[in-house]
Amino acid sequence: MIHVIAFYLFAFVTLASAVFVIMARNPVHSVLWLILAFFNAAGLMVLLGAEFIAMLLVIVYVGAVAVLFLFVVMMLDIDFAELRAGFVRNAPLGLLIAVILAIELFVGVVANSTGKAALGTPDGTGAAPVGASNIEAIGALLYSRYLFLFEAAGIILLVAMIGAIVLTHRKRTGVRPQNVADQIARRHDEATINTRPEVGAGVKL
Amino acid sequence: MIGIEHYLVVSSVLFVLGVLGIFLNRKNVIVILMAIELILLAVNINLVAFSAFLGDLTGQIFAMFVLTVAAGEAAIGLAILVIYFRGRGTIAVDDVNRMKG
Repeated sequence: MIHVIAFYLFAFVTLASAVFVIMARNPVHSVLWLILAFFNAAGLMVLLGAEFIAMLLVIVYVGAVAVLFLFVVMMLDIDFAELRAGFVRNAPLGLLIAVILAIELFVGVVANSTGKAALGTPDGTGAAPVGASNIEAIGALLYSRYLFLFEAAGIILLVAMIGAIVLTHRKRTGVRPQNVADQIARRHDEATINTRPEVGAGVKL
Repeated sequence: MIGIEHYLVVSSVLFVLGVLGIFLNRKNVIVILMAIELILLAVNINLVAFSAFLGDLTGQIFAMFVLTVAAGEAAIGLAILVIYFRGRGTIAVDDVNRMKG
């Protein structure tokens, strides 16, 4: 019973906040609704028994991606009212396509639930070991069968990181940053020397 | 009792809302990126639901990879957004034609 109540609560809040994400006038509010949607989707995943993915949603999506969105929205000085100009004009086409898409997806769900679309059965390679927790089972599978995919995911993140830095980095003129190459290339005999000449003896240049 | 259909319906509605968000906010690229995040979240719910109900963890592994790609896509998309804003002073993307593509 509690499971059913929790499911409907999480599902309703997820969908309601998704509506507010796309309807909110202020993108800052959109980001905050997005965070709420992610939290409740994480709740849905906990109900499914996927604790690791749920924690990943909270940590990666809420902790990193949503905060990144929040930073960018607040950093740029944007006239949001002007950006909403085409909202009503675009609505009919968008609603039409959304309704068509929804009908197609529901046909798929009904076909699945009535057994018209057979899914096949898993071959057992991804089955969780008996007695292992969700995170142990995922780790066992991820570091054996999907090791190369896992490393490819790491490379994707590396490329994304380097790409974001290269795209947004700019060389600023008018500042005098540390020049490491000059510092390393400096030699002792080119340096300024502190001497203590006798009075009247003059200095040798 | 809650079956897989319940989760599939939630994920379908979430997916449709994401697509609708792209159409409704055609000018505002930040909300478009957030709508894409909603779409990817719908896909993740679908993958995890099938994974749980079929007793096969592969779906959860692939949900993790979808999450990885979503994070990379958000980072690159927002970086492009920042340099676009620096050059143009606006983020209205319905008439982007700088590369004449």
